[in-house]
Amino acid sequence: MAKVSLRSVRKSYGATKVIHGVDCEIADGEFLVVVGPSGCGKSTLLRMVAGLESITEGEIAIGERVVNALEPAERDIAMVFQNYALYPHMSVFDNMAYGLKIRRLSKDEIRRRVEEAAGILELGALLDRKPRQLSGGQRQRVAMGRAIVREPSVFLFDEPLSNLDAKLRVQMRVEIKRLQERLGITSLYVTHDQVEAMTLGHRLLVLSEGVVEQLGAPIELYEKPATRFVAGFIGSPSMNFLETKLTDDGRHVVLPGGDTLALDGAAAAANGTSPGRPVTLGIRPEHLEIVEESRASAHLTVELVEQLGADSLIHGRLGDESGPAMTVRLQGIHAPGSGESLPLLAMPAHIHLFDPESGVRV
Amino acid sequence: MEKRVVFKHPVLPYLLLAPQIVITLVFFIWPAMQAMKQSLMVEDAFGLSSEFVWFDNFVVLFEDPLYLESLWITAVFSVSVAALALSGALYLAVQADRVINGALVYRTLLIWPYAIAPAVAGVLWLLLFNPTLGVLPYLMRGIGLDWNHHVNGDQAMALVVIAAAWKQLPYNFLFFLAGMQAIPRSLIEAAAIDGAGPMRRFWTVVFPLLTPTTFFLLVINVVYAFFDTFGIIHAVTSGGPAGATNILVYKVFNDGFIGLDLGGSAAQSVVLMGIVITLTVIQFRYIERKVHY
Repeated sequence: MAKVSLRSVRKSYGATKVIHGVDCEIADGEFLVVVGPSGCGKSTLLRMVAGLESITEGEIAIGERVVNALEPAERDIAMVFQNYALYPHMSVFDNMAYGLKIRRLSKDEIRRRVEEAAGILELGALLDRKPRQLSGGQRQRVAMGRAIVREPSVFLFDEPLSNLDAKLRVQMRVEIKRLQERLGITSLYVTHDQVEAMTLGHRLLVLSEGVVEQLGAPIELYEKPATRFVAGFIGSPSMNFLETKLTDDGRHVVLPGGDTLALDGAAAAANGTSPGRPVTLGIRPEHLEIVEESRASAHLTVELVEQLGADSLIHGRLGDESGPAMTVRLQGIHAPGSGESLPLLAMPAHIHLFDPESGVRV
Repeated sequence: MEKRVVFKHPVLPYLLLAPQIVITLVFFIWPAMQAMKQSLMVEDAFGLSSEFVWFDNFVVLFEDPLYLESLWITAVFSVSVAALALSGALYLAVQADRVINGALVYRTLLIWPYAIAPAVAGVLWLLLFNPTLGVLPYLMRGIGLDWNHHVNGDQAMALVVIAAAWKQLPYNFLFFLAGMQAIPRSLIEAAAIDGAGPMRRFWTVVFPLLTPTTFFLLVINVVYAFFDTFGIIHAVTSGGPAGATNILVYKVFNDGFIGLDLGGSAAQSVVLMGIVITLTVIQFRYIERKVHY
């Protein structure tokens, strides 16, 4: 077990820069999730830690050891691949034992470790099967088992759940979380799925185009997104954004149609000094309420309603039909008709403001 | 999933098949029938009459020490050709798989020998190894090796094996390379993380996954060595010296067209036909089933 340090890690392929300097310290036993859209460089980052990609600049250390020049095998890591990468010609047992045989462990020790891992993952009955005889979920477990038996100091996961169906994914997510807590092994997990990221990670690292957008606890990212990108990426359905500006006193924002919306104390205080500046207003669908006419700060023209059972998602436009798109999430079952105008209230404490140019939180 | 195309007109499918069927009948089935008929006959010395002798030709054949020797020579030849062509191609494919810059150039160059006619390939190697003019015998004399395949049967065999394997190499190379590129990268990476070095990765992961390809190529190569190497033998050694490279297919030609023993030659053809049918059956039966992980 060990901590993992990334110090100004950069990667470029020729002139193309893929990772623009990542600094990050993963504590011993921590579960860090790297999340971002496809092509943001998250897998590259993981593969650099694994030793499958060279490090162009910067340093990666596992424990106290800088591993830049070490082969993957010498880094004391185990990796779970997206396609599981099970050896198709070997039985489940041999798949898990492969790395141990190479390390010349005794037969008894290999058997003990594999059986222990198989016990944890409920693979005991499948040890003689070949990978092609297993279901997706079982293959996933074998891949995990192969990682566990090596007793590494770091686990690396490369989108391990993306090949599973939705139900199995939720189930395996819980299993991975439980397993990581039980074994207490430092883990680095890469995914594009923000729900996976939110539920699994102790901390999240949001990556976009090779740049770290934010690093923090899941709830911190949800409540105080550092950039517009993070705000839009974390949370489902996505945050509503509105291009607008502050009023002359800096304590209100202007809504389309001319109404103004009061900011709460903190946001108002921070922006009191820059009256009239343009801002991007962000508010999550769950922080909008339908209220009685007198309390409304704006109106939503309903276009479409999605009933999820526990919640209803109401998609519509702010003001009239030509207004900006906006989604409201209401608890329970609501079924307003299309074209109906609903009085809307934004909870002032949950309003986020971003700089329209840089996307940084203001 | 099976997709069936249904022709509306009942005759059209037969018309479409006709060219292939005609070619097969004229160039394969008819000669095969002729050979079978011929193998049961004996010609007189002047070719004026023939006599039906049942299986006498076959009895004579399998009592003939020269034929049995030719059988043994063919076995040695085809096993050597297959072994050399397969191992060489595998080695080159491994190397080509690693190359990143100019991979296409290497690949294209490596495929070229396949386009060369067997006789031309034979002549090429014949000149290279010519005892008086060739470059290689000159170099070999430098290390004290006396090369003369006109006299030395083993050397003649080595020469035709090299020439035949060289020509088959590109074919094997292509299949091995394609097979290797079909192996997911992550498997190799997983093995690397598991601590396997390049050699170990190759023998425990890559090679086992190439077994179906290898088996397929093995059959193809044996068939090639049995039948398609006629041109090479004919150009390089003509079966000599003293029959040291007289493989079955060359003996068929030699006994039939030079020796004019049509019946005996036809009997040999029928034996060869039996061998190729067996190999084809093996290929179809086992490739589909046995060599799968």
